[in-house]
Amino acid sequence: MSADIQTEVIKEASMLKQKEMIARNYDELTSTAESGRKMVSTFVPGNLNELINCFGMLNNLPEINAINNGMRKKSGAMIMDAERAGHSEDVCTYVKADIGMMSKGNIAPNGKPMPAPDMLLLSYTGCFTFMKWFELLRHEYGCETVMLQVPYTGDGVITDNMRQFVVKQLKEEVIPAMERVSGVKFDIDRLRENLARSAKAEDDLVWVLESAKNVRSPIDAYFGGVYYIGPIFTAFRGTEDAVEYYRLLRGEVEKRIEQGLGPITPEGDMDEERYRLVVEGPPNWTSFREFWKMFYDEGAVVVASTYTKVGGVYDLGFRHDPERPLESLAEYCLGCYTNRNLPSRVELLEKYVNEYQADGLLINSIKSCNSFSAGQLLMMQEIEKRTGKPGAFIETDLVDPRYFSAANVKNRLESYFQMINQKRQSTKVA
Amino acid sequence: MGTESIIARCETLFEDIDFQVVREWKAAQQGRKVVGFMPVYVPEEIIHAAGMLPMGILGGGSDLEVIHGDAFYQSYICRIPRSTVELGITGRLDFLDGMLFPSICDVIRNLSGMWKLMQPKVYARYFDVPQNYQDDVGGVYYQEEMQELRRDLAKLAGHEISDEAILGSIGIYNRHRQLVRDLYALRSAEPWKVPSTEAYLLMRAGMLLPVEEHIEMLKGYLAAVELEDKPRRDNCRVIINGSFCEQPPLNLIKSIEMAGCYVVDDDYMLVNRWLMEEVSTEGDPIRNLADAFLHHSADSAAKYCTKKEEVGQYLLDSVKKNSAEGVIFAAPSFCDPALLERPMLADRMTQHNIPHISFKYAENSGQMQPIREQAGTFADSIKLWS
Amino acid sequence: MKCYIGIDLGSTTTKAVVMDAGGEVLGRGITNSRSNYDTASRVAKLEAFISTRFTLFHRALEKVSGLQEAQVDRLLENLERHFRLELFLEQLNDLHQTCAVNADDLRYPGQKDRICAVLDVVFQKLAEKLQKLFGPGVRRKSDFFRDLAGSEYMAVAEEASKTMGVFFETLINIYDKSIIDVENRPPNADMAGKFLRALDRVLREEDLTVDPETIKQAIKDVLDVELEESYVVGTGYGRVRLPFSKDHIRSEILCHGLGAHLMYPNTRTVLDIGGQDTKGIQVDSKGIVVNFQMNDRCAAGCGRYLGYIADEMNLGLHELGPMAMKATKAVRINSTCTVFAGAELRDRLALGEKRENIMAGLHRSIILRAMSIISRSGGVTNEFTFTGGVAKNEAAVTELKKLVRENYGDVKINIDPDSIYTGALGGAEFARRAVEQEA
Repeated sequence: MSADIQTEVIKEASMLKQKEMIARNYDELTSTAESGRKMVSTFVPGNLNELINCFGMLNNLPEINAINNGMRKKSGAMIMDAERAGHSEDVCTYVKADIGMMSKGNIAPNGKPMPAPDMLLLSYTGCFTFMKWFELLRHEYGCETVMLQVPYTGDGVITDNMRQFVVKQLKEEVIPAMERVSGVKFDIDRLRENLARSAKAEDDLVWVLESAKNVRSPIDAYFGGVYYIGPIFTAFRGTEDAVEYYRLLRGEVEKRIEQGLGPITPEGDMDEERYRLVVEGPPNWTSFREFWKMFYDEGAVVVASTYTKVGGVYDLGFRHDPERPLESLAEYCLGCYTNRNLPSRVELLEKYVNEYQADGLLINSIKSCNSFSAGQLLMMQEIEKRTGKPGAFIETDLVDPRYFSAANVKNRLESYFQMINQKRQSTKVA
Repeated sequence: MGTESIIARCETLFEDIDFQVVREWKAAQQGRKVVGFMPVYVPEEIIHAAGMLPMGILGGGSDLEVIHGDAFYQSYICRIPRSTVELGITGRLDFLDGMLFPSICDVIRNLSGMWKLMQPKVYARYFDVPQNYQDDVGGVYYQEEMQELRRDLAKLAGHEISDEAILGSIGIYNRHRQLVRDLYALRSAEPWKVPSTEAYLLMRAGMLLPVEEHIEMLKGYLAAVELEDKPRRDNCRVIINGSFCEQPPLNLIKSIEMAGCYVVDDDYMLVNRWLMEEVSTEGDPIRNLADAFLHHSADSAAKYCTKKEEVGQYLLDSVKKNSAEGVIFAAPSFCDPALLERPMLADRMTQHNIPHISFKYAENSGQMQPIREQAGTFADSIKLWS
Repeated sequence: MKCYIGIDLGSTTTKAVVMDAGGEVLGRGITNSRSNYDTASRVAKLEAFISTRFTLFHRALEKVSGLQEAQVDRLLENLERHFRLELFLEQLNDLHQTCAVNADDLRYPGQKDRICAVLDVVFQKLAEKLQKLFGPGVRRKSDFFRDLAGSEYMAVAEEASKTMGVFFETLINIYDKSIIDVENRPPNADMAGKFLRALDRVLREEDLTVDPETIKQAIKDVLDVELEESYVVGTGYGRVRLPFSKDHIRSEILCHGLGAHLMYPNTRTVLDIGGQDTKGIQVDSKGIVVNFQMNDRCAAGCGRYLGYIADEMNLGLHELGPMAMKATKAVRINSTCTVFAGAELRDRLALGEKRENIMAGLHRSIILRAMSIISRSGGVTNEFTFTGGVAKNEAAVTELKKLVRENYGDVKINIDPDSIYTGALGGAEFARRAVEQEA
């Protein structure tokens, strides 16, 4: 998701493409004063990029800014700033990194200051904190704020009532607000075109993610996966750039399969694939590289992850649909991973462990994120019971460096890998 | 009955973590059903109209030893879900036929799914409420959510729940809410007469007793309190904010008062006061409940404020209405809604020169000394400066 | 002979176990971990080899006809006593020399001779006094050199400083500087010589029915056996800091599971409460770990928690358990946070609760945490083994037994007084398997 660490990885065409896209986007975001373009801040889950695009507006995602600051080791100081200003040490560090970033001049990765948003699109999808986060931002910016409430699918299904509610909010609240802010009239055909491009890119993304079903997976679907989801989760879904990116990426992965190569790591192609894991939960960003290394050093490949589904679950068949533009946007929001109830999340994980022939489930439990974390220990028990594969549990945080204890995490991972190994040997003997 | 015996009964109910009184209610008549619900708000009228007992579940309190509940939660998650899971696993809630998890935060939201997995035989529902307050948008959505709940409960009850029944229940709950408002008004007017712990215990009793019985209890208390004389102390007047979900230990509530603060408003068990005006008992009951929710409901951090200016307005109004001299932000540790909202509320209070302090607690907090000291210093500073 | 060694580098102590090719434990050693894991593991290993020699001596002497079992035991007991004394005096001498060298420091210009004169007197006295610790029937509170020499040095040096005109401070500084070097220095290589010199003294003291030469020969034969380090496995907190290759490192979870299985083959659940963490481990019928859970980032409920409480109450760690056993009721302590527990404890004391009852509450609260970790790992299904430093604490054990019964019914609970070696034992078995099962 960040251009940052990618530069150190061997450069494939898709990587260069993504890097260029991100850089261009930040340049556009930081030059609205000259261009006169309007900027919308919104969230990754329930991100309505196709719609924002219809109004010629730019999309800024505070989570991504926090991730960037995390990877650049800047988030720690920002979080402490926010805490000194009265924000509780108990709450989400994305929020505090974002607020702290403001106090440090809101500097984008290109070194230029971010403008204040013209509109806050509060897509309340799968995370309670989002709601208060944007109330806090509104408290600071006082700009137009529109709430899109996406009901939680508590019974594991999208009901008509939910869908209609979201569509109605789009029609009566979101679109009029966007027209007001941008001065551009809503054109549903433009939206349809964007959605058609989204679906195309989504097809290729799913193909790439599912390539990990190969034993000797050509990709890492977590550490590598966060790069693969970058364009589709952020300001590029529905653009020609995203279509091109995923076309390139798919070609590269196809080639890796042909050549029998494993995933790319920051230290080159991964050697032997010794463990296949499914991972639940977001990664830690402040020690992302160190964390990743603990896996590839041991030959552990993540073959499927739920984090790569927070901005949309596409591998269960959902595609943005130009024939049903607003309904499909509603279904997109309603179907995001953290908007699914716990039993559905367990089912998805179970499916992953089985279909990707994983050795087990690893949960990276994030202190900041109760939407993900509350209930994960029960999820682990359920998966162990249903698949017979062992689970493991580690705890870190998103962008708070104080909550990443490398020795602790490494100890548990090693124990887990050795346990898988020992189990394997004992079944071989038996 | 004097207040003392009423409060003694409340205390017995409060301390009983096996919920004997609810068990007895259920056993008294064959086919009776109990539906539990968590904070902040559910439309109890629908449950009541189905002939069931709505039972408020507020965690395990300060005396429950939590073993299995802790096995399901990381250290950075608040306490109420773990003690509630403990209550479930240890069979203390085995009489429940249903359980509602209102939209309040991600932890309680996810607990709804955990309940489905752990207690597959119990009806468990995440109960969503609108964050959009337009009648034709959020209103329509909310009405349908309530209708779904109504259909589910009808299935559970084995019979339809008629409009008349719900309208009847609304009438009863209107009376109940009025008495609760009366009690709060009395405490605000003459706080020395209604100690915080007594008001609190009365509200807690309402979580377990059938509403009709609780109505009688409130009437009895209000009548008795008029006859009693309690010494008036030189306390300052404060509002407690942030305690709408996980409850503080009773000792904490007591400590604040003993430290020199009369509590003139709070947000404990808001379900008793969520709808702030009489709900109409004519026409479409579901629509009436939706109207009341959208336009005349109390506030908590779990609710979205459409406009920037609305954030903290409810608290500000309460400060004015109750002539409060300060606000104590008392939130449970790791409570996302309360702790995320707090900086905005604090800011608003500062703007209006309303003194405030804040601290965190857990339902089983053991040390009161720091809280007594903070509240005491706060009270002294208010008296000194006013 | 082939020896397989497991070394468990804990946060407070380092343990080593020596095992033979057949899987039999020959020797065990323990030392304090210090800040230097290299030294700690070397010392623990050395101790384990010494204990191995004694096992082998025992086997050899059993075969000597005319020696009764009781005689063998007494003989070896005395041999150990003299041998320890040899080692101790060697180290004491080393300390003396090192102190003398360190007396020549710029901070004490021109004082070297005077200081050395004092040191001569001090160490003369120390040797006299401390030799008594190795007399027959004397129980030493510790076998760690620092523990034995340290406190006595303070007393003797203080007295000498007064009469001989050297600052007590100076003597302390010199000692502090020297003791670390001495602790970290291995004893001189001549182990056999030390054993034989000790044996000579034992044989002089003893009135034996058997020809001393026969005994001497039996001991010599054992000393001639070379103890090969066939394979070493490191585990525990400090394992990553060891110069072990990856093949020689096993997670402490696996080692603990296997070790508990070796001690009690029917064990299915292992609880280990150590200084830094608490582990709940589930093992199958072969000792293979099927699930494990550890305390999360926060150290509440670990051994350190008790250490903190002990400091807070100005008590020794070992005094907490016995005090809790005198309780008439357990005061509820809710804070699982170490820091808050300290505050809560002061709060309770201020309220007039008895210390004994507070202690009982604290022990219960630790065990409650542990019970949650066990529950998280899958509960208790069959025999249950409790290991780690806290397993030595009677009050903790009592609470654990109570809570296991309440939650899981009547389950057999194993607690081995030597459970501190569980991880090292598992490590040694891994080492043995690495070689013996390859072949």
